[in-house]
Amino acid sequence: MSSMQDHTVVRSSRASRFAALAGIAILILLIAAPLWAGRADMRLLGELFLYLALASLWNLLAGYAGLVSVGQQAFVGFGGYLLFALTIFGGLHPVLAIGVAGLLGAAIAVPVALLIFRLRGAYFAIGTWVVAEVFRLTFAQISVLGGGSGSSLPVSIVKSVAANRTMREWTSYWMALGLVVLVLAVVYLFLRSRRGLALTAIRDNELAASSLGIDIWKTQFQVYVVTAGLTALTGGLIFLQKLRISPDAAFSVNDWTAFVIFIVVIGGIGTIEGPIIGTLVYFALREFLSDLGTIYLIVLGVVAILIMLKAPKGLWGLIRERWGIELFPLSHRVIYSKPDKEK
Amino acid sequence: MHVDWINSIIQGVLLGGLYAMIAAGLSLIFGVMRLVNIAHGDLIILAAYLGLTVASALGLYPLTALLIVVPVMAVIGYGLQRIVLNNTLSDDILPPLLVTFGLSVIIQNGLLEIYSADPQKLDAGQLGVASTNVAGISVGLLPLLMFVTAVVVIAGLQWIFYRTALGRAFRAVSDNQDVAQLMGLNKRHVYGVAMALSLAVVALAGIFLGMRTSFDPSIGGGRLIFGFEAVIIGGLGNLWGTLVGGVILGVAQNIGAQINPGWQVLAGHVVFLFILAVRPRGLFPRMTG
Amino acid sequence: MADPLLTLTRLDAHYNDFQALFGIDFDIAEGEVVAIIGSNGAGKSTLMRSISGLITNGASQISYRGEQIGALRADQIAEKGIALVPEGRQLFPSLSVEENLLIGGQIGRSGPWSLAKIFELFPVLQERRDQASTSLSGGQQQMVAIGRALMANPDLLLLDEVSLGLAPVIIKSIYDALPQIVGGGMSAVIVEQDISKALSVSSRFYCLQEGRVSLEGESGSQTREAISRAYFGV
Repeated sequence: MSSMQDHTVVRSSRASRFAALAGIAILILLIAAPLWAGRADMRLLGELFLYLALASLWNLLAGYAGLVSVGQQAFVGFGGYLLFALTIFGGLHPVLAIGVAGLLGAAIAVPVALLIFRLRGAYFAIGTWVVAEVFRLTFAQISVLGGGSGSSLPVSIVKSVAANRTMREWTSYWMALGLVVLVLAVVYLFLRSRRGLALTAIRDNELAASSLGIDIWKTQFQVYVVTAGLTALTGGLIFLQKLRISPDAAFSVNDWTAFVIFIVVIGGIGTIEGPIIGTLVYFALREFLSDLGTIYLIVLGVVAILIMLKAPKGLWGLIRERWGIELFPLSHRVIYSKPDKEK
Repeated sequence: MHVDWINSIIQGVLLGGLYAMIAAGLSLIFGVMRLVNIAHGDLIILAAYLGLTVASALGLYPLTALLIVVPVMAVIGYGLQRIVLNNTLSDDILPPLLVTFGLSVIIQNGLLEIYSADPQKLDAGQLGVASTNVAGISVGLLPLLMFVTAVVVIAGLQWIFYRTALGRAFRAVSDNQDVAQLMGLNKRHVYGVAMALSLAVVALAGIFLGMRTSFDPSIGGGRLIFGFEAVIIGGLGNLWGTLVGGVILGVAQNIGAQINPGWQVLAGHVVFLFILAVRPRGLFPRMTG
Repeated sequence: MADPLLTLTRLDAHYNDFQALFGIDFDIAEGEVVAIIGSNGAGKSTLMRSISGLITNGASQISYRGEQIGALRADQIAEKGIALVPEGRQLFPSLSVEENLLIGGQIGRSGPWSLAKIFELFPVLQERRDQASTSLSGGQQQMVAIGRALMANPDLLLLDEVSLGLAPVIIKSIYDALPQIVGGGMSAVIVEQDISKALSVSSRFYCLQEGRVSLEGESGSQTREAISRAYFGV
């Protein structure tokens, strides 16, 4: 047995410190994208950021808090519609409107959670879908927002973001980048917090977590509300880029949930790195396969099922198993100052 | 004017039969293996398309096509369970959920690829328009047949579950997998048979759905939700409860549509959420989720 | 001596990373009653789970009538004629008493045991045949568990801690029924914590300690001290 002085407990590793430096470098490079990237590249990157945000949020929900939702499109669409409503009827500046949409998204998640938290496991999943359908059908009834056929953002509001098109595109690119940094920071800091450790305990063993006196319901509730707010924020940004909204597009289960789930499953559910890898793979695949249309979705579905069955920890799980690296230092490791003789 | 209301309530009750059939298949496999099949609705649409292909290729009446579609769907169910779904069952709810979600996307897009997004309908012929007069209210024969079929299906499932060796095996495996294995029951096979039975019911629901309304590859998710709502309203684990749940849902939808055509589906969801709020375990629960 | 019915050869058993049994050698002949004794956690139930297939082992570690069965599933082993009365009875709560018995017989092996014979052995079960199995007393539930295993008409019956948690008078009545059960030539392995009970009904015994066989022999041959030593490891 080692005495207390023989070892230290650390979170960071050489890989994570390198990742932090690389992350800062990449972030600077991405902020400066208007200097080196073309218009199409920036649009693609902006979309990638938004998907990464959605994927990280869903991963926090399903991979850590055990709340498998197939209805996050409820909050994407809610955020999008509120952007339109608050700018058109409230006269808010679009950037402010997106922020308010995020807050209202979190607010509406409170009664929603109180209701659907009565359902467990897989039934909870379908319950979230029902809620998304209720949102879709309700917004389709609001005729001032275009009813079932939807509406476009008026030119005056679009212009209020920035005077010319280039500046507008840069602004929405930077907002998407800012969002993804915010989301990753929230997820990372949350998981490092005491509540976050509790979440991991819930995921690993619900019984053990409850016997430790961790209030599972409260923690899950908080995660649900926070992710709903950030998802609504993402939804606002998505539809500020699209400039057009309709119930079917805003509350699409394929676009905002199926793809997101596939991204997380392929990348590795229950890890922060997984959604990042998954998003990169998803966009790479899309560049090559998008011409195939529906076949592309079938391929994604098959790949996700195979990964779930054969490598449930996803691509990142495979990488981590082989090389033992962790870019976001969450787990603690013990460093022995003397060589371990038993091994 | 009140005749319209009575009429829409009766139509709603009969529509509830369809929802009950969807729900019964869902409830059956949840009862046996705690699996919620997210692809359930898409399998119903798959069955409707199979019916379309069989009926047009062989020149059969849709209900006659059931003779082929039901066994084919049952075989698909058994194969799906043995090859894919059995490998997802553990204490972790995530794998079955995500795998059936993946299946849902695959089936939906596969149908889109083969049949296109154009709405289709199974030609019900005379039965589609025939009606009988009950106390001054005209009741369509097809919806009536659909409802009667649902009652027979649920009575049949109830009988299998509680009166046969197969049902005994279902309940034993559901109670305790290990001890059921000790009795010589191969749980992978028992699960396969349960899924086969579930998809046989799905085949019936799919053909009736296709005869009643037009369908396209995208509507599976909606049918899953209706079935799910009927299960929860009726109470988990109660087969007759699914019939009550289906009827409540059907009536709510038809009354909603009577008030405003845009409210049909929404009214069903609202009633479901209301029941969830006041009776979270449904009206007649038999087991815990 | 005739060929043994069941032979365990250097049997190891694991629960995930935890090894519960180490190199167990064991055999039982046709018609023989063998006791397995040992304290809590010695590996007795693990041994029963291994033989009955609830834990998978190396194929050659368990042989039954000359056939290697170590890697078979529990349902395949049940069909070969090995039945387990599991520790804690483990009846099916959603099945009635009669259904619990019927499901035991669903393998369809022929032999002396039938629903009528079980009711003859435990008459109280006939009166309660339609009741939920959960409504019975502990002793009656144990009768159902034994009856359920007998319904399979096994050649080898494994009884795991049948007296656990029961009143002495109930234990006595269950053990009094044992000669009727094994009288027809059935072999039985009896797992017990109660040493004297186990030795009184068996011809040979094995004592387990921390996953290993610490002593074995004829049931009447060993002194109390030797058994205590093997049992407690002191």
